[in-house]
Amino acid sequence: MFLLLEQILNGLQLGVFLFLIAAGLTLIFGIMGVINLAHGSLFMIGAYAAAVSTQWSGSFLIGILGAVVVAGLVGMAMELVIMRRLYNRDHLDQVLATFGLILFANELLTIIFGRTPLFLDVPPFLNGSAEILPGIDYPVYRLTIIAVGCAVAALLYFVITRTRAGMLIRAGSTNRDMVAVLGVDIGLMFTLLFGLGAVFAGLAGAMAGPLVSVEVGMGEQQLILAFVVVVIGGIGSVRGALVGAILVGVVDTLGRAFLTDFLKLFMDTASADGIGAGLSSMSIYILMAAILIARPNGLFPVAAQRH
Amino acid sequence: MADDPILSIEGLSKSFGALRASDNLNLDVTEGELHAVIGPNGAGKTTMIAQVCGQLASDLGKITFAGRNITHTPQQKRPGLGLVRSFQITSIFREYTALENVSMAVQLGAGHSFRFFASAQGDPLLREPALACLDQVGLLAQADTEANALSHGQQRRLELAMALARHPKLLVLDEPMAGMGAEETNDVIALLQGLKGKISMLLVEHDMDAVFALADRISVLVYGQVIASGDPDVIRNDERVKEAYLGASEVGDA
Amino acid sequence: MSKHHLLALSALAVSIALPFVLIAAGQEYLIGLLTRIAIYGLAALSLNFILGYGGMVSFGHAAYFGVGAYVVGIMSFHAFQNSTIFGLSGSDAALFTWPLAVVVSALAALVLGYLSLRTSGVFFIMITLAFAQMLYFLFVSMERYGGDDGVIMYNGRSFVPGLDLSNDLTFYFVCLVVLVLFMALFSAVVRSRFGAVLKACKQNEARMLALGCDVRRYKLVAFVIAGAVAGLAGVLNANLTEFVSPDYLHWTKSGDLMIMVVLGGMGTIPGPVIGAGVFLALEEFLPAIMESMALAQYKEHWRIVFGPLLIIVVLFARGGIHGLMFRGQSNGR
Repeated sequence: MFLLLEQILNGLQLGVFLFLIAAGLTLIFGIMGVINLAHGSLFMIGAYAAAVSTQWSGSFLIGILGAVVVAGLVGMAMELVIMRRLYNRDHLDQVLATFGLILFANELLTIIFGRTPLFLDVPPFLNGSAEILPGIDYPVYRLTIIAVGCAVAALLYFVITRTRAGMLIRAGSTNRDMVAVLGVDIGLMFTLLFGLGAVFAGLAGAMAGPLVSVEVGMGEQQLILAFVVVVIGGIGSVRGALVGAILVGVVDTLGRAFLTDFLKLFMDTASADGIGAGLSSMSIYILMAAILIARPNGLFPVAAQRH
Repeated sequence: MADDPILSIEGLSKSFGALRASDNLNLDVTEGELHAVIGPNGAGKTTMIAQVCGQLASDLGKITFAGRNITHTPQQKRPGLGLVRSFQITSIFREYTALENVSMAVQLGAGHSFRFFASAQGDPLLREPALACLDQVGLLAQADTEANALSHGQQRRLELAMALARHPKLLVLDEPMAGMGAEETNDVIALLQGLKGKISMLLVEHDMDAVFALADRISVLVYGQVIASGDPDVIRNDERVKEAYLGASEVGDA
Repeated sequence: MSKHHLLALSALAVSIALPFVLIAAGQEYLIGLLTRIAIYGLAALSLNFILGYGGMVSFGHAAYFGVGAYVVGIMSFHAFQNSTIFGLSGSDAALFTWPLAVVVSALAALVLGYLSLRTSGVFFIMITLAFAQMLYFLFVSMERYGGDDGVIMYNGRSFVPGLDLSNDLTFYFVCLVVLVLFMALFSAVVRSRFGAVLKACKQNEARMLALGCDVRRYKLVAFVIAGAVAGLAGVLNANLTEFVSPDYLHWTKSGDLMIMVVLGGMGTIPGPVIGAGVFLALEEFLPAIMESMALAQYKEHWRIVFGPLLIIVVLFARGGIHGLMFRGQSNGR
């Protein structure tokens, strides 16, 4: 039971990372109609920026700040130099150009930092464990991540539903021309929005830093998982991204933790190990397939008519 | 006109959120008839066509075509039954020549296309009927022109030729004269006149001259409901129609 | 004879003569590069069938390449171990394992294609990518077949009666024959009724539906054909390297295949093969070129040049190399 709770929390924490990445992806797609593979690179850039600025300043908070600023700036630069030339292109061009961006970003970071991973320590003030239920300890740092994720989700919800900027975002995702008529500088809005998505990805990368090794290519697996999240949640829907992220995080974590033991109830250890390993690595994709069969447009389809 | 209708729509409804695009809509087309549907913008004409052709699923109601309930028949199965449409916004294969466009329609009417090796180009089984359809709409000279390079009026006629190539029993025409000049409009009117009696037609059109010149019967659609239906003279003099549709001005007098 | 035919014939003549020239020049090791070009050319050709002609932006094509390779690798593994899989004993006989690999790849494409084709547009891109990643992790989790490290085919290349595939020159010609055969097949198919439907679906799917075409069925058949041929390419690559690993299915491999198609020229028969040639030649020679430009310390980082190059091609040269060669003659997109 303790183990189950712990694993659910681990799943939530994975879900937070996925949400932070998927939220940017889904917003950018929903509003600008662009698919950006290099979104995962922003996650990686955030992690590297956090590692470097933490090392330089000795403060993890400054590290986070560094990650957010660098990722945001890189994201906006990306929008200005490349992405805005792709808005009216087909998805294939977008995929290829942003794939080229990934190759470039990966190689550049390899040249600068080499192939040896960097490591970030959990900051001292978040070190240690908290007793979440009598007798159950859980690392404070991981709890913090979950809290930050909830805060970002709440903030996004507030911005999108309650502010003028959010109204424009919602309007822009269904009717770009209408927003232009309102006298809003669409170009600036897109750049800022792209920056916002990049900030979220960078924040996720920074927070992931102390949990995984910071290395080239770390963003790509996250990106593909974020795709699964977006497909499950429905493209363009932030709410869908949240639900999808938590679903994927929890299913993946629980599958890896318990599936093999569960199968051992029915079969011998060797087959259970083999099948369990295979199935648990496929679990979220099977989840995606199942949702796809029931709801081809995801759990929270956005009404916008765009391909 | 007493025959069984080839198409009958009963109690058809479709809502988009709070908007009722079709609202308990009843309409039929009898064999050989040209039934025109008119109505102000946003009256639900395009929604009705989408429902009849299966592009949109209906919330409620029943569609019967040639004695068969097709309410839940997928849209790609309907042309095979003889229910074929044209589009308001020209929908053609832009990289294909006019001939290739129509050949594709012929091909889809000629059984499955799981034929992998024999060339489709120049296949007389496709080419001959396709050329005949192009001739019918007056595009024979443009057979080898890429669809993209055709004029708007020619593209509209190509759109028609593709629908004809599927040998419809009922042709559903969504504003076939949209964006055409006077001369081109007259050409299409003449073309449809020639088809009258051979093919039943459901015509949605804004051009009142065309509607009153062609229609055997006219229905007026407002807010997703038919408010009046009858032969052109009746509609021309119907008070409700004048009020709802054209304000107080005279209908069809232009 | 048209310019196209003449070029095709000379390209074929060069492909036949080149390995002998390389041997004469003492550069035999480059025959491996030629073989890789033929194999990846075949894989790119199959992707182009659905991407260039059918408009299906599949970002998971390497999955089928990998499945085909793994079938041959796994059968070879069991032949070496003298063990069985699903009651089937291992085998090195090409006449058995190669068709088996193609069938298994086709089945994988059937299942994943059926699911993926329920969607379109950007959904389709993401889903094909995700499913390919699923298969990638499936093979990573197979400890028996080496997990991450993959399977080495200790018995060497497959056995074909009357042919010695272990001879690199022979193997190159086998790959070349397969490639040319499939180029000819595909060029017939894209002109057939099936091909006409496929191209029309790419141009205007809504119109195809309204004209009474069961679009999804045709797309699925095309998807399965492409998967099967990619599987065959995987079979050849497994034989070339005598080694299979999850890298075959890595998502960047799918990206590479897509680049080859676009680089060479989408929706043309020679395009993907040209693209594969240029891509693999760049991979082979770009490091050396950078070295000669006094950038030796960066030569292993050739992708730092390749990435921006790709972006430039996408932004400014949309017809690919084939489009540049036949500017004004090609159908464009």
